[in-house]
Amino acid sequence: MLEHLDRLIRKTGHAGIDAIWRLGYAGKFMFLTLIGSGTSFRRFHLTIREIYFTGVRSLIIIVVSGLFVGMVLGLQGYETLQRYGASSSLGVMVALALVRELGPVVAALLFASRAGSAITAEIGLMKATEQLSAMEMMAVDPISRVVAPRFWSGVISMPLLAAIFNTMGIFGGYLIGVVLIGVDEGSFWSQMQAGVDLRYDIMNGVIKSFVFGIAVTAIAVFEGYDSPPTAEGVSSATTRTVVTSSLSVLILDFVLTSFMFRGA
Amino acid sequence: MAAYSLGNIVQSANFVEIRNLNFTYDTRPILKGIDMDIHKGQVVAIMGGSGCGKTTLLRLIGGQIRPTGGHVRFDGEIIHELDRDALYETRRKMGMLFQFGALFTDLSVFDNVAFQMREHTDLPEAIIRDLVLMKLDAVGLRGARDLMPNHLSGGMARRVALARTIALDPMLIMYDEPFTGLDPISLGVIGNLIRKLNDALGATSIVVTHDVQESFQIVDYVYFISEGVVVAHGTPEDMYASSVPFVHQFIHGEIDGPVPFHYPALPYPEDLFLERSHA
Repeated sequence: MLEHLDRLIRKTGHAGIDAIWRLGYAGKFMFLTLIGSGTSFRRFHLTIREIYFTGVRSLIIIVVSGLFVGMVLGLQGYETLQRYGASSSLGVMVALALVRELGPVVAALLFASRAGSAITAEIGLMKATEQLSAMEMMAVDPISRVVAPRFWSGVISMPLLAAIFNTMGIFGGYLIGVVLIGVDEGSFWSQMQAGVDLRYDIMNGVIKSFVFGIAVTAIAVFEGYDSPPTAEGVSSATTRTVVTSSLSVLILDFVLTSFMFRGA
Repeated sequence: MAAYSLGNIVQSANFVEIRNLNFTYDTRPILKGIDMDIHKGQVVAIMGGSGCGKTTLLRLIGGQIRPTGGHVRFDGEIIHELDRDALYETRRKMGMLFQFGALFTDLSVFDNVAFQMREHTDLPEAIIRDLVLMKLDAVGLRGARDLMPNHLSGGMARRVALARTIALDPMLIMYDEPFTGLDPISLGVIGNLIRKLNDALGATSIVVTHDVQESFQIVDYVYFISEGVVVAHGTPEDMYASSVPFVHQFIHGEIDGPVPFHYPALPYPEDLFLERSHA
C-alpha cells in the first residue's frame, strides 16, 4: 500500500516537473521566435508564402462553415424571436452572435484543425527528415527561417479569416431570414446597422481573433518543433496541437469575454 | 577506381583536432575519449557498426551538440566554446551531406542548391543561376534543375544534396553514411564525386560510413570506432593488414567475433524453461 502511494507521488511529481520544464522551454522558444522575427518582415515574401498556405488554403472551410453557421443562426434565431414578436431583430441578433463570439471562436477552431495541424506536421516532418538540422549546418537559423514566418502568417491570417467567416455568416442569416422566411429586409439591415457598435462589438471581436491567432499558431509551431523525429512523434504532436489549441481558444474566449462584455 | 595515396596530400597542422572527446546521452556513454587528427586535403573515413557513435561525432564537429568532455578544434577554434554567432560563422566553412540528403521538399532542385547563396550572399540572381548550374553540372544533374525532390531517385537526391553541400565551397565536407541504400552505379558515382570534389575544391572530407569496399578506394585514412572508442586507425592498406579482431571481423564481414551474433540474453535452455521441466 505504502509502496503504491510512494510510486503515485513520484509519478505525479515527475509529471509536474516535466510540465513545468516544458512550459519554460515553450516560453524560451517563443522568446527566440519573437527575437528571430526580423527575417519574417525584412523578407516579407517568406511570410506571404506562408499566409497562402495557412490562410488562403483555409478559405473553403471558413467560407462554407460561416455560411452554414449563419443559416442555422437564422433558423434558430427566427424561431426564438418570433415568440416575442421580435423577428425584425433577426439581423442584429445574427450579427452580434457572429461578430462577438461565433466568428472569432469557430474560425479559430477551424483554423486550428486545418492550418494548425498542417503547420505542426510540416515542421515535425522537416525535423524528422533532418531538414532543420541541414539548415542549422548551413548556418541558417531554423527558428528565423521556418518558424517565425509561419507564426506571423497565422497571426495575420486569423483576424482576416474571422472577418470572412462573419461576412459569410451574416449572408447565411440573410438567406434564411429574409429570402426564405420573409423577414423584412429593411429592418434586418437597419437594426443590424444600429445595433452593432464598431468599437465595442467589432473591435473586441477582432482583438479576440488576433489573440486566438497568436495562441493557435504558437502552439502549432512549438509542437512541430518539439515533436520527436518519428512517425508516431509527428502524429501525436499534430493531435496535441488540435486538442491544446482548441481548449486554449475556448478558455481564452471565456477570459476575454469576461473582460470585454460585462453588460456595459 | 584507383586508390589514392597520401603522397600528394599537403601535410600541415591539424585541420580538425579531436582530443579526449566524450559524449554521454542521458546516462549512456556514447563516445569515450576519442582522439583524432585530420589534416587539410585528406579524405578520412570513420567506420564502425551501427549505433557506435559515428553520426554523434559528426554532430559534435558541427557544434550541433556539446561534448560532455574533451574538445573538437576546427581551423584553430574550439567548437563548443564558440557563441552562437561565431558558431554560425564557423559553420559557413563547413558542409554536411546528411544520410538521406535532407533536401528541402518544398523547393526545387535549383532552389535547394541556391538556398545558401540566397541566405548568405547578396549575389544577383543571374550570378546565382550560373553558380547553381556549375554545382549541378559537377554532380551531373544540370538537366534536373527544375525537378522537385520527390521526383528524384535516392542516388539523384544524394547528388543534389552534394551539390547543395558544396554550394559555398566549404573547407570541410562531412558525409553521414553517403552510400546507404544506393544501387551499385550510384554508389560508384557518389564515391567518385566525394574524392574528385575534395581534390577540386581543395577541401577536407570526413566520411562516416560502414561501406568498406567503396570507402577504402577513395579515402586516405581510416578510423575504426567500436563501443565509443577508437580501436584502430591507419591507411586502408594498414587496415586490410590489421590484426585487431574487430577490424578483421568488420572488413571481412564475419558473422561472429568481438561483435557477437547474439544480443545478450539468458542461457537458451533457461529461456525455454527446459531446466525447470527436467527438474
